[in-house]
Amino acid sequence: MKKALLLITLVSFSSFLFAQSEKYTGAMQKNIAMLDSAMKNGTMTDLANNFLRIADAEKTQWLPYYYAAYCTVMSSYAEKDNSKKDGIADKAEEYIIKAETTAGKPNSETHVIRSMIASTRLMVDPQARWQQYGAESSEHLAAAKEMDPTNPRPIYLEGTAKFYTPESFGGGKAPAKELLEKALTMFDTFKPKTDIDPTWGRASTMYFLDMCK
Amino acid sequence: MKHFILLGLLFTSLSVFAQTKISGRLTDTKNKPLRGASITIKGSYDGTTTDSLGNYSFTTTEKGDQVFEANILGYSSYSKNVKLDGTAISFNISVKELITELKAVVITAGAFEASDAKKTTVLTSIDIVTTASAEGDITGALKTLPGTQQVGESSGLFVRGGTATESKIYIDGGLVNNFFYSPVPGLASRGRFNPFLFKGTVFSSGGYSALYGQALSSALILESTDLPDRSSGNIAISVIGGGGGIQKLAKNKKSSWGFTYNYTNLWLAFNVIKQRQDYYTVPVDQLIDANYRKKTKGGFIKYYGYLNWNKVGFRTQDIDSLTLKDAFGLKNVNTYQNLNWKEKIGKGWKLNTTVSFSTNKDNIKSEIQNADDVKQDIVDPATNYAYAGKNYGVISKGQYAQGRFFLEKRLKGLNAVRFGADHFYSKEETDYNGSHNNTTFKNVVKENLTAAFAEADFYVTNNIAAKVGGRAEYSQLIAKWDIAPRVSLAYKFKDNSQASFAYGLFYQSPETKYLSSFVTNNFSYARAAHYILQYQKTSSKRTFRTELFYKKYSNLFKTASVQNIDVLNNNNGYGYARGVELFWRDKKTVKNLDYWISYSYLDTKRDFLNFPNEMEPNFAATHTASLVLKKFVVPWKTGFNASYTFASGRPYYQIKYDDVNNKYYLNDLGRTINYNALSFSLNYLPNLGKKKAKAFTVLVLSVSNVLGQKQVYGYNYGTIVDHKLPILPPSKRFVYIGCFISLGIDRTEDAINGNL
Repeated sequence: MKKALLLITLVSFSSFLFAQSEKYTGAMQKNIAMLDSAMKNGTMTDLANNFLRIADAEKTQWLPYYYAAYCTVMSSYAEKDNSKKDGIADKAEEYIIKAETTAGKPNSETHVIRSMIASTRLMVDPQARWQQYGAESSEHLAAAKEMDPTNPRPIYLEGTAKFYTPESFGGGKAPAKELLEKALTMFDTFKPKTDIDPTWGRASTMYFLDMCK
Repeated sequence: MKHFILLGLLFTSLSVFAQTKISGRLTDTKNKPLRGASITIKGSYDGTTTDSLGNYSFTTTEKGDQVFEANILGYSSYSKNVKLDGTAISFNISVKELITELKAVVITAGAFEASDAKKTTVLTSIDIVTTASAEGDITGALKTLPGTQQVGESSGLFVRGGTATESKIYIDGGLVNNFFYSPVPGLASRGRFNPFLFKGTVFSSGGYSALYGQALSSALILESTDLPDRSSGNIAISVIGGGGGIQKLAKNKKSSWGFTYNYTNLWLAFNVIKQRQDYYTVPVDQLIDANYRKKTKGGFIKYYGYLNWNKVGFRTQDIDSLTLKDAFGLKNVNTYQNLNWKEKIGKGWKLNTTVSFSTNKDNIKSEIQNADDVKQDIVDPATNYAYAGKNYGVISKGQYAQGRFFLEKRLKGLNAVRFGADHFYSKEETDYNGSHNNTTFKNVVKENLTAAFAEADFYVTNNIAAKVGGRAEYSQLIAKWDIAPRVSLAYKFKDNSQASFAYGLFYQSPETKYLSSFVTNNFSYARAAHYILQYQKTSSKRTFRTELFYKKYSNLFKTASVQNIDVLNNNNGYGYARGVELFWRDKKTVKNLDYWISYSYLDTKRDFLNFPNEMEPNFAATHTASLVLKKFVVPWKTGFNASYTFASGRPYYQIKYDDVNNKYYLNDLGRTINYNALSFSLNYLPNLGKKKAKAFTVLVLSVSNVLGQKQVYGYNYGTIVDHKLPILPPSKRFVYIGCFISLGIDRTEDAINGNL
């Protein structure tokens, strides 16, 4: 009887531990799977809230904060009212700072998000803000490339920036295509550290490549 | 068997407590549903997001005592202790809207703000340099905004029926005493400051904050730039001179220093473009400036200073004689130093201190000359005093110093209090040397003016805000106190448009040029009361605003003529200015075209200085309108800017002094023709888009008064014969061609994004 109790306790305890990390990874995977549909349905804020709940519950994981920041900055791209974008950018920045402090230091992926946040702020008033936020955005992309030269996301973002730049300013489809093709080959070889590390960007790269034809 | 019971118990116990359903609705205090709020059980994964009706519903596997939370951007957060035992729970929550900078109404009555900061503003710094009629001058751009006059015969900003001396200019809190080049008869001098020195500009045409004083009409508040993005060098070459400089950013990006040198010489320009004046000394100007900026722990230290030398000399036809000429020569040396320190000093307090120091020396020589440019000494100065009075020399020296500090504390919401003090010292010495009777006199005017000010911002909700302040000043010259209250209110409507109201009292000491040893009377400050009502509607691409204003002047300075010199006599002057102004800016309707229109209607009369009675001042036009257009054509790498300005005719007067009755009288009067001017400028950026270009070049061509329309600013009267001559611009039109090269900075992206 004693043996049996001990066994049950041990089993249930270890399964509790196992369940805890299983629960985290499971919850993360479930929400990461929703990224594409959330963008389509305009429910990125809802998804950001989901990640934030996981983040606040776990406290020691940087990825949920990272995804919360990613969802928030993506929701700012969809926001049509310019006057609301700064507030959303502030939120995204708050989450990415939490991701950085939880991870201990900034990494290539957090720099990508910071570059996107700077771009959001830039779009509010490009004429007046270029000096500050244009420089900030490209500085973060440069840092992202330096910290992980295999990361395809900064290359993809550079490609889209070129795509929207007029030809007479050195932008246009040709230079964009070059970068996007490079990003695509990098996506093919890029190995995320874990199942829940960022992998997004491939589909969008394909989409922009298609537009470059 | 026992084991099975145990296991069974274990599992049932788990499932009994497994699920609790929580649902409800989230609204603001006005019962408006809030979408996108995060609803959660603290420390768990469980929760949801409210839908468009503010509804939420979720189940949680947590049990026992837990904390339920609701969070949404821009509202206070909500939390509540709950007991989870499987029984469904329902909450309807209402949360209060937070007062935030993004949503809150902005107090804008009377002020135009140009800034690169977060807030969307009416104008940005780039707008100032790309306004065609501005010719790269800050105040030139402000002259396309409502409230300002198109005065071409003298320097400064004439705002809402006020004189140029009623407008004061501040840089980082420091008063600038010689913002414009020294006055030259019949010409408007430019400002000495490069527009690229500033990141923020607030132009107040009335009702400005208690932080500033000694200006009856208007305050122009400039804020200098922070650290540059990177190190760079620049070279400028134009038809009027050249210059260059460097700006060095420290490796740790915490500090920077830089200097520039500019040399201006109008010899070439004046040889090509015929000037009305006959220059015997073409205008030559040299300016060396330096800056140092450093990020501190919680703030910034900024230094800016310059040394400036310039000279000019020209002859014009003497108004009283057909054969004689007036020769006017000016040599000027001006220095300016400003040190500003802003720092967070803990517990939400911010300290802002400024020390500034400047000097000015004008050496003026006026002569009456014959047809061969030879000085004519007047034989019998006693009878020919009017001619003799035209031979003189003046050396005037000014020293100015200011110390200022203020403390600011941000309170809950956006509420804030700030208070501080200013001390201004000035010493102006004039040495006059008249050749008739060999009269010389020396005049020294010293002033110490101390001011204390306090101001508070109140945000009742995001839609209602008030700014209440006061300023007390004590002038040693006047030996009296003045107390100036300032109030402004703002209200935001449902459609995000807003209305503002401003009221304030403004005091000003007399101009020192009217203070001489002849002045014996006691006098007090001149005073103006402002009432401003504004309505504004802004979207990111369009701005509409309109202002109604009323300004009542009292205690204006009156002069009397003593030995042909106007000196301060009493404070019995008075006047008013009232009007309506409109401003419309639109970047949306026509793609890639940015334009603004401003219109001012002004009704003003005053009795001051030598005016014989209350009358329309000669520096105020009833109707003023501007149209400014800007278009960048990307494939041509060229920006086209044009502006058209109209002002209705202004009155002009011949005021004489009756020595017998000791009073001024009007001997003649009239009204000038309407003022019309079309200006055009073009910026060509040849290196645009060239990757890895070592230098970035901007070529500028600008033409003033393209159509060559006739412009008359007023009339000068003879002192001996009652003869009048129009005051005309120095040339029918002016053409400027310049080339600016930046090294080390690729400005391609500035250019693209500046014109998106």
